[in-house]
Amino acid sequence: MKKNQVLPLYVLAAVVLLGTYSCKPRNAGSAVTSGAAEKAYVAPGKYDEFYNFVSGGFSGQMSVYGIPSGRLLRVIPVFSVDPEKGYGYSEETKPMLNTSHGFVPWDDLHHTELSQTNGEIDGRWVFGNANNTPRVARLDLTTFSTAEIIELPNSAGNHSSPFITENTEYVVAGTRFSVPPDNVNGDVPINTYKKNFKGYLSFISIGKEGQMDIAFQIQCPGVDFDLSHAGKAKSHDWFFFTCYNSERANTLLEVNASQKDKDFILALNWKKAEEYVKAGKGKKVAVKYAHNVYNEKTHTATSEIRNEVTVLDSKDFSDLCYFIPCPKSPHGCDVDPTGEYIVGSGKLAALIPVFSFDKLQKAIANKEFDGNYEGIPVVKYESALYGEVQKPGLGPLHTEFDGKGNAITSFFVSSELVKWNIKDLKVLDRVPTYYSVGHLCIPGGDTRKPNAKYVIAYNKITKDRYLPTGPELAQSAQLFDITGDKMQLILDFPTIGEPHYAQAVSADLIKSKSVKFFNINDNANPYVSKGEPEAKVVREGNKVHVYITSIRSHFNPDNIEGIKIGDEVYFHVTNLEQDWDIPHGFAVKGAPNGELLIMPGSTQTLKWVPDRVGIFPFYCTDFCSALHQEMQGYARVSPAGSTVPLMFSTGKNLPPSDSTSAK
Amino acid sequence: MKKIIVTGLMAALVIACGSNNSGENQAPSSPASSDQSSSSGNPSYDPNRGAGKFTKVEISASLDAAKAEAGSKVYSVKCSACHKLTDEKLVGPGWKGVTSRHSAEWIMNFATNTDEMLTKDPKAQAQLEICLVRMPNQNLTDDDARNVYEFMRKNDGIK
Repeated sequence: MKKNQVLPLYVLAAVVLLGTYSCKPRNAGSAVTSGAAEKAYVAPGKYDEFYNFVSGGFSGQMSVYGIPSGRLLRVIPVFSVDPEKGYGYSEETKPMLNTSHGFVPWDDLHHTELSQTNGEIDGRWVFGNANNTPRVARLDLTTFSTAEIIELPNSAGNHSSPFITENTEYVVAGTRFSVPPDNVNGDVPINTYKKNFKGYLSFISIGKEGQMDIAFQIQCPGVDFDLSHAGKAKSHDWFFFTCYNSERANTLLEVNASQKDKDFILALNWKKAEEYVKAGKGKKVAVKYAHNVYNEKTHTATSEIRNEVTVLDSKDFSDLCYFIPCPKSPHGCDVDPTGEYIVGSGKLAALIPVFSFDKLQKAIANKEFDGNYEGIPVVKYESALYGEVQKPGLGPLHTEFDGKGNAITSFFVSSELVKWNIKDLKVLDRVPTYYSVGHLCIPGGDTRKPNAKYVIAYNKITKDRYLPTGPELAQSAQLFDITGDKMQLILDFPTIGEPHYAQAVSADLIKSKSVKFFNINDNANPYVSKGEPEAKVVREGNKVHVYITSIRSHFNPDNIEGIKIGDEVYFHVTNLEQDWDIPHGFAVKGAPNGELLIMPGSTQTLKWVPDRVGIFPFYCTDFCSALHQEMQGYARVSPAGSTVPLMFSTGKNLPPSDSTSAK
Repeated sequence: MKKIIVTGLMAALVIACGSNNSGENQAPSSPASSDQSSSSGNPSYDPNRGAGKFTKVEISASLDAAKAEAGSKVYSVKCSACHKLTDEKLVGPGWKGVTSRHSAEWIMNFATNTDEMLTKDPKAQAQLEICLVRMPNQNLTDDDARNVYEFMRKNDGIK
């Protein structure tokens, strides 16, 4: 009798033991709870729910991930050449990387910002900033490619960029490294920083079709502008920029720019600036900057140098700019979905100050100032402060919002995400990140309407999270489910370069508009071959233009003779395919200029200056059909002065093979 | 009493694990691709018409010269890379006699609904076994397809 009672207990114990084993996290440090795999699982053949546009940091590119699976969908080349796309190698795309300094093959892309209408993501474009040689790029979300790049004069270290106003009226660019303006002699001693160095905030207007123009720049004191966000709803007319180095140090900033207890958030009334510019109060200044546009019809980029910009000097206008003191070298500057609360994050602080837009307006009206900084009124800290989140963690960097009255802030030093309530400033939850989180992203988390299903942490340090790959490891992103009260880690995934800011948006807003191929009949490239009958080879002096077509699986022409040493050969390859996902590649032996990748219906050009006599095979580099290996051809290069006539053919021999067989 | 609580906790653990396991074991749901059914065993499939939107194409006895001319332009851009106008096979079969080998509906369905035809149509599959290159879908409009068919008729000597 007793035995019979005990047995079921043994069985139960065994079952429980098995159960606990399978529940035990594989990596003890990962703190993954049950159900995580299910939440991040997207079945084969199924789509992710969100697109995630992630900055590629020092790679200069922007990568696109699917969320929640963490699948890498595409790397979009922006500020760096990209052999995988041919970007910056083909004659058509080279102008995209032109600057006033010439061709810059590699830059540093920090932040991504999706275009908005009425404070909500509209799915038209995503913007990115070049931090090193200051530029802003607009990426088209029908083709997932870079459509336009504008350079910023008077700027260095374009960091507080490319944040936008609620209707994408403007994209801003604030200079991190103050420098002497471009139109004065910059050959000054570096230790004259306080006298000669200035910070510029650029406002780039965005046209209906996305066209970017520098509408105006605001000259500010020579501090380091760091990050920014536009106001929303009631604070629509305002932009907020954090800055550090109010000490205006020019050496060992690590120490010398951390002297003061507080730096600033600059509150800037951009509507007023707009009015002053319209009223002709701006100064036209001679500068030099590049503006590059990719034309989808000609499949060609053009670059023009522009020579003038309109500047407003912040200290000349009493109602344009105000400084709000903000503790400890503020970094992130984030505005909640209502537009009332402005969160400043001091990199070295152990609290988070939250400012009130209403209080700020009252303080400005009542002139509750603590003097001025370089001619700009400084609002009293308490007068603008809503309150402080006490002991949230160490080193707050960035904040995103869930739209339910809560904020989530990343903490680099204490390596965690902390969720807190905006109204009562109480901490609600905290989760560790692996390791040292920088930016974070909630879909729509900086807009009026967050879609708060997930938060993604972009970590600066990876260490032991992945299999070792030598001294360098891929950066790690971590996905948390935030639908419940507690944030739950559900996935780690590696990212390209160093992810700084990222944005995410419901896939429904973008996926149906995706272009599948370019209509060959609309191809307006001057060197297009619309069909094989238009394929040809034309000599113009020492330039040889090869109008060549590709289709599964041959080139026309595929035998080319009569090229001579001293010639510049241009392979204008038109991909005749009119089908989704059928690019062709093009490579010719010894070409020092790279290769091509040609989208269906488009034309791209490879410049080739042969360096020796001989036979040079060319072939398709992107697997296209069962006979892809056969997609090849030959170019014959003869000595300078050779009498070999220019000939080209496909499928037959020119000259006939028997006429040369005797040799 | 104590035992009951402990057992309860254990049971809760088991349940939590159960749901985790069921997630991992969940079979992938049906693939995103469309109809995979083959023509074999489907008595309603008409191999002379093929699969696609064209069910009955009106063809006059004499040639529609305007259509044939428009079709010739489409041929030049989108078809000539692989199809000769003689009976010689290049990448795909030569077009000489094609209008007597296939119905207008079959040709126009194949030209506009290429992938499905290559997956289920016996004649298209037989051709694929010879050519071994899947015909690209060149995204012809309905009018393009009709015009190309008229150009094929002209090539086959219809006046």
